[in-house]
Amino acid sequence: MVAFLVRRLALGLVVLWVMTGVVFVMFFVAPHNVASLIAGRQATPETVALVKHRLGLDRPLLTQYLDYMWNLLHGNLGYSFYNSSPVRSLIWQRVPVTFSLALGSAFLWLAMGISAGVLAATRPRTPSDRVVTVTALFFYSMPSFLLGVIIFYLFFYRLHLAGIGWFPGNGYVAFTSSPLGWAQHLILPWFTLALVTAAVYARLTRGSMLDVLGEDYIRTARAKGLPERRVVYKHALRSALTPVVTQFGIDFGTLLGGVIIVENIFGLPGLGQQAVQSVLQQDLPVVIGTILVAAAFIVVANIIVDIVYGILDPRVRVH
Amino acid sequence: MTQAPPTVEAFEARPVEDTRLIEAKGPWRLAWERLRRDRVAIVCFLVIVLIVLVAVCAPLIADLVGHKPNATDQLGGLTPEGLPKGPSWSHPFGTDSLGRDIFIRVVYAARISLLAGVVASTLAIIVGAVVGLFAGYIGGMTDSFLARTMDVILSFPFLLFGIALVSIVGPSLGIVIGVIAFFSWASVGRIVRGQTISIKEKEYIEAARSLGAGDVRIMFVDVFPNLIAPVLVYLTLLIPAAIVFEATLSFLGLGVIPPTPTWGNMLAESLGFYQVAWWYVLFPAAALLITTLAFNLLGDSVRDALDPRGERLFRQ
Amino acid sequence: MSDDVLLQAARVVKRFPVSSNALFRRSREQVHAVDGVDLEVRRGETLGVVGETGCGKSTLARCLTRLYPLTDGTVVFDGHDISTLSRQALRPYRLQMQMIFQDPYSSLNPRRRVGSIIGDPFAIHRMAGGSTRKRQVQELMELVGLNPEHYNRFPAAFSGGQRQRIGVARALALRPKLIVCDEPVSALDVSIQAQILNLLNDLQRELDLTYLFIAHDLAVVRRVSDRIAVMYLGKVVELADAEELFDRPRHPYTAALLSAATDIDDEGPRERILLRGDVPSPIDPPQGCRFHTRCPKARELCATAEPPLESKAGDASSHQTACHFPVEEGEQLAGGSTAA
Repeated sequence: MVAFLVRRLALGLVVLWVMTGVVFVMFFVAPHNVASLIAGRQATPETVALVKHRLGLDRPLLTQYLDYMWNLLHGNLGYSFYNSSPVRSLIWQRVPVTFSLALGSAFLWLAMGISAGVLAATRPRTPSDRVVTVTALFFYSMPSFLLGVIIFYLFFYRLHLAGIGWFPGNGYVAFTSSPLGWAQHLILPWFTLALVTAAVYARLTRGSMLDVLGEDYIRTARAKGLPERRVVYKHALRSALTPVVTQFGIDFGTLLGGVIIVENIFGLPGLGQQAVQSVLQQDLPVVIGTILVAAAFIVVANIIVDIVYGILDPRVRVH
Repeated sequence: MTQAPPTVEAFEARPVEDTRLIEAKGPWRLAWERLRRDRVAIVCFLVIVLIVLVAVCAPLIADLVGHKPNATDQLGGLTPEGLPKGPSWSHPFGTDSLGRDIFIRVVYAARISLLAGVVASTLAIIVGAVVGLFAGYIGGMTDSFLARTMDVILSFPFLLFGIALVSIVGPSLGIVIGVIAFFSWASVGRIVRGQTISIKEKEYIEAARSLGAGDVRIMFVDVFPNLIAPVLVYLTLLIPAAIVFEATLSFLGLGVIPPTPTWGNMLAESLGFYQVAWWYVLFPAAALLITTLAFNLLGDSVRDALDPRGERLFRQ
Repeated sequence: MSDDVLLQAARVVKRFPVSSNALFRRSREQVHAVDGVDLEVRRGETLGVVGETGCGKSTLARCLTRLYPLTDGTVVFDGHDISTLSRQALRPYRLQMQMIFQDPYSSLNPRRRVGSIIGDPFAIHRMAGGSTRKRQVQELMELVGLNPEHYNRFPAAFSGGQRQRIGVARALALRPKLIVCDEPVSALDVSIQAQILNLLNDLQRELDLTYLFIAHDLAVVRRVSDRIAVMYLGKVVELADAEELFDRPRHPYTAALLSAATDIDDEGPRERILLRGDVPSPIDPPQGCRFHTRCPKARELCATAEPPLESKAGDASSHQTACHFPVEEGEQLAGGSTAA
């Protein structure tokens, strides 16, 4: 078990290092000229060269890279072009928002997706199954921003018109100041993020459960006279969940994508909103910083998922 | 004393007259027939054909309807208050904030979406299939390395990186296609690799080796035909994902930017007017949704046709 | 090596490492699949190799045809040492030794047409192309009892027996000298087995073939083989002419196998000899004689010294046994209670 942990952590560090490398290459090495982008279209070559020098982009690549890594290891992510505050604190401010959004929707989609999948799998070809399958397909095909727009329209706009002001259209309230407010502002974003992914998980769980329920050892359990509920939840669900766990690990990457969209639609001041803003403003240090933090988050999340997976299925540890 | 089961000697040689086949159709034929009988698949297919036709004939349609996609019309296209006009005979889908005809813009946007979807997916499939086949078959260190690389790529946050790239290079359709292809090839590769690994262990591969076939021949003549089915299914799922990705980037302002219409950026613009112009939101949204639904449903049907033991049937 | 020996194997050893992870685990454990086998296959004969699952017969077959690299030992085919040749160097030998596989359902590529499958050897070795190839494939199909008009069908269209015929046709394409049959009828219904065995018999006569026939069913082996080798846990424990083996088995394991087989002895049913325990793991085979842990005649010597494969007193020189205390004439082995 320890060997497995060590290996997994080592791999995670390698991945993280590769990601920082990729980011570096993207921004500092690529043939396009970051400096000219910042200097603007009208800039003369002298201005561009000046910008380049000021940003330290005319130094040899290796020096730039070492500097970059040195800063990273010290937690220094640079300073925003826009307002000169340290990128680190800008990001730090927004982490709770994104975190709340991500965790809440993850919880929601797992709950909805898995239960819908189990429901459909235990009643195959009945109306419940059909409803689940069709609904899942519908939400699965929907781009998340579209769903966000629809939810925004229906549950914010329409409800407000009808005089029901339950769900605010934007803004964020910290959990510490008002849990109710926090939840209220996050409910619509949570559902937006969760519904599409829940559909994927519902299909996945359903398929996996159907496979497992057809296995001989389940038939044996039933023949032994075990109550159906126990057969399903205690025996079948455990093995059916392994592909779901794997999927969850992969989905962290897509989760961040969803977060960006949802934050933009619902005006949540999180990392996603910041990412888009900083790109539109060409505030490169913030862009870089956000990406790096996101990458680190994903690597850590993947490690955790793998470890959980290793606990659930000991065979994985041998590999 | 129990009867011993009949041994081989009991069945003396009979002349071989039993050359009848037990099944007359090959696997592709059977799959095709299953697909043909699937009404949902047929509907989806027709919808897609319609969309493709519409996209291809966009200029013709523009002439028919009498509007150009980027032709702003402050006078005729807006209400006296300067707001978009609702659906009417001359503007079946209404107009947008600049008086442009939404119908023709939706039509032209289809071109972009389909282009992005199909081109990006095809690229991803080609690269992914080759790498996956190679990695799965060769095995060993090369395989470990390639598999890990694919896993790493898959754990990248696609959208975030796409956004980052756009920040450097500026938004364009080319970038969108490139980003989609770059992140998708790894998922194709993983699937192909998995399939190759399980195929590699089959006896008919061993048979090919015993005949003296070289690795390259085995890969392309024996392994590859067995990969076509899963790759095809994946293609039908990859295309709508690519379309959605393009729409999302454009929605955020980081893909195709106005005035070129794409369903994504039209939706972004429409958000400013949702209170007064429901048609502005509805029609691009509907177009996008119908397209992705059609592809996804078709993909499901294709998968069922190629492998009827799949999700739908409860295995005995 | 005398002129009538087609294939000669000496001290062939094949071991597999237990763990398959190349990167992180270096396991000391190995599966001793084949552990020192000497064998020769004479021209024109059918040598049967018999044994339970896991005894190493399939692995041996693949070592002899060099589908696996040898861990140790030599294989000489038709006077040429093929023990360590590279895949490229082995190619010409592929023309001369071919294999028929066990499972008719997985030995043919389901996505390829039958004509293409049978014609593969021609394509691989660039022997014939186009219509010549088609004609030859169709001739082969007729030769094995298939309808040549089904040239363009997929394997799914054929029954198990017919598929096995396709496998035979494929093996025959380049007119090899030696065909290794790896349990070719084990997956078929008994009634079909007879057809395939007769086919193999006829072909052997018509085309002057040599067979190495692997099986676990004694009745089948008896019917086709000239000589039989009995394998246990990676070693040959007895080797004799077919009838000789069935009349007078010298090795206790052979005796036990024969007693458990369905009524094949003309002299009436024997008492079944039940062996103690399970087959030991090939990762850690017993010391001395491999069979001693289950042998009803085992004594101290058996646990320490491995018996060589040699002909015992009173046997023909062609009958070799690897046993310290072989079964004597008329001896009844008490292995445990007899079967009801």
